[in-house]
Amino acid sequence: MSEPQPANDWTGAENDEQWDLCAYVTDNSPKGQRAIENLRRACEEHLAGRYQIEIVDVLKNPRRAVADQILAAPTVVRRLPAPIRKLVGDLSDSDRLLIGLQLRSSGSQHDDC
Amino acid sequence: MDSTVLTSLTDGAVGPSLEKARTGIPGLDQITGGGLPQGRVTLVAGSAGAGKTLLGLNFLVAGAREYGEPGVLMTFEESADKVAINVRSLGFDLDELVRTGQLVVLAFQVDPSEIIAAGDFDFEPIFAILADAIEQVGAKRVVLDTIEVIFGAFGDDAIVRSELIRLVRWLDDRGVTVILTGERGNGDNNSLTRHGIEEYVTDCVIVLDHRVSAEISTRRLRVVKYRGSAHGTNEYPFLISAHGFSVLPITSVALDYGASEERISTGIARLDHMLGGGMFRGSTLMVSGTAGTGKTSLGAHVVNAACQRGEQALMVLLEESPEQVLRNMRSIGLDLRPWVEAGLLRIWAARPAAYGLESHLAVLAQLIEEEPPSVTVLDGIASLSNGIPGTEVNTEVTSIVARKIDLFKSRGITSVVTSLGQGEDVSTVSVSSMVDTWLLLRNTEANGERNRLLFVLKSRGTAHSNQVREFVLTDHGVELADVYIGAAGVLAGSARVTQQAAERDEERRLAEELARRRRKLHRSIIEREAHLVAVQDQLEAERTEIDRIGLREGHQVADTEADRSEMAARRWADAAPHNGETL
Repeated sequence: MSEPQPANDWTGAENDEQWDLCAYVTDNSPKGQRAIENLRRACEEHLAGRYQIEIVDVLKNPRRAVADQILAAPTVVRRLPAPIRKLVGDLSDSDRLLIGLQLRSSGSQHDDC
Repeated sequence: MDSTVLTSLTDGAVGPSLEKARTGIPGLDQITGGGLPQGRVTLVAGSAGAGKTLLGLNFLVAGAREYGEPGVLMTFEESADKVAINVRSLGFDLDELVRTGQLVVLAFQVDPSEIIAAGDFDFEPIFAILADAIEQVGAKRVVLDTIEVIFGAFGDDAIVRSELIRLVRWLDDRGVTVILTGERGNGDNNSLTRHGIEEYVTDCVIVLDHRVSAEISTRRLRVVKYRGSAHGTNEYPFLISAHGFSVLPITSVALDYGASEERISTGIARLDHMLGGGMFRGSTLMVSGTAGTGKTSLGAHVVNAACQRGEQALMVLLEESPEQVLRNMRSIGLDLRPWVEAGLLRIWAARPAAYGLESHLAVLAQLIEEEPPSVTVLDGIASLSNGIPGTEVNTEVTSIVARKIDLFKSRGITSVVTSLGQGEDVSTVSVSSMVDTWLLLRNTEANGERNRLLFVLKSRGTAHSNQVREFVLTDHGVELADVYIGAAGVLAGSARVTQQAAERDEERRLAEELARRRRKLHRSIIEREAHLVAVQDQLEAERTEIDRIGLREGHQVADTEADRSEMAARRWADAAPHNGETL
């Protein structure tokens, strides 16, 4: 639904920046699968070639959840670039996903609407 | 048979008796009839700083240390390090428990500003984390402190709510005993917690309260709900001290303590005599009086006497420091320091303002618990009201003092309570009905000096003296002296001394007067006896004279006769007219 908007694309300026993302999901729950799908789509769209996504199954590795302070699932953590951001939910709301990851500044929301 | 009856009475449980998990907090286990419902979820609600976390930790630490039940702490309030540091001052070494595999600390910090909600979610990680931690140490106890922070942070509270309900049910099914803490709501609604989570916790709800009334802070605990079990429904004071969390289930004055016939000395021989041989062991003596009447000194005597008997004593000072009292008592010849050094006497000094009334009581209870004394002196109860007038405060203070006295009596501790008061009626703290013996010390002012008088206002079970005594502080302790009742009233002090001197003078004067009169009479008797002798002499002389006269008369007649016969013979006269003839 959203096309790349170079003027507002926050990442457009620094194309060489690497993105390090981590998705915490529970097993094969539909919510988790949806979240991963939504995240991948957004990344392909905005960060093609310069992102990586780690997927952690919290049920298999609860101590990672403790260490990374994860209470809800699915949770996507933007580890890089700083600062750390946490997105909670299945990321079905793509506006919030893009704003949350700061793939788009919140100001551009008005342009979209 | 009997024990079965008793158990069902105390538990009050319907159906099969409820398994309980002891909290290790003695008072709490007492009012809940044995602890929290085993394998169920208990909600502990309270405002910030009310002690929720500490109650939870106490529960975990006691479980791990005393009952062989490892635990899991999931805290949303602080980092794990901070939690450990905060409770170390209370004597809990969480690190040690973690090292030995008896405790897992899971610390989470929920920062709403860091979290962006984007769609549907659940709290499956919490379940996974808890399940893992429970398995890791074989936990039987879990504390979630304070899970409510997840409200608002994740955007959709409807999901949070339903997930929380699911979590409570899940925990119930796990068979672990759980404490959930909840922040007390400050809205107008009557809910116990900000987000109404008490609705999901159906088994046991405990509310902690921390209120300040007239500058006196009191912490209280109340068991609001305990399904399937009888429980104390009152508000109970509790204390957070160096020994952790403690609850005092004393709210009413039970009248079931024994009565000893044994008399113990107050350390003042004449006072013992006035009380018919001393105080009854386990009884309570109240000394009231105005400032500087020697109330503390009297209490110190009782303590001293107890220590001399080799008994444990406890002095609770509400107005002075221990050093002050030790020094002051030495000045009247009572050296209490050796007793302190010998461990017989403990002195605890704390202004009630420093603790709050309830806490003061709680600390006192703890001191008594640690080492039960045989004699306790509670010095200066009037200062419990913190100098604040008002009936509300006095009611509180009276209730506290009543409970303290009750505490002493229930343990068979002989106690002396001193109170600042003006007289029989005006006692700032009206606990006179609680005490067995009431002594009143009163200052009387006369002739430019103040003297102390001691009255026994009442003494239960004792034929006590109705006499007023003068209470004299000497350099060898307290002495009681008789007072003089004169035209100007009771005489004490130098007036008494003057009166004693005057009486001595009077006696001497009287003695001299009597001697003088005796001497005078003696003289008089001697004089009169002398006179009597003289008169008798005279009498004798006169009698003799009379006799002599009689004799002389006889001789004269005879002579005359003789003369006449002779003359007749010489004249040759006839014998005939014998008597008719005259010369």
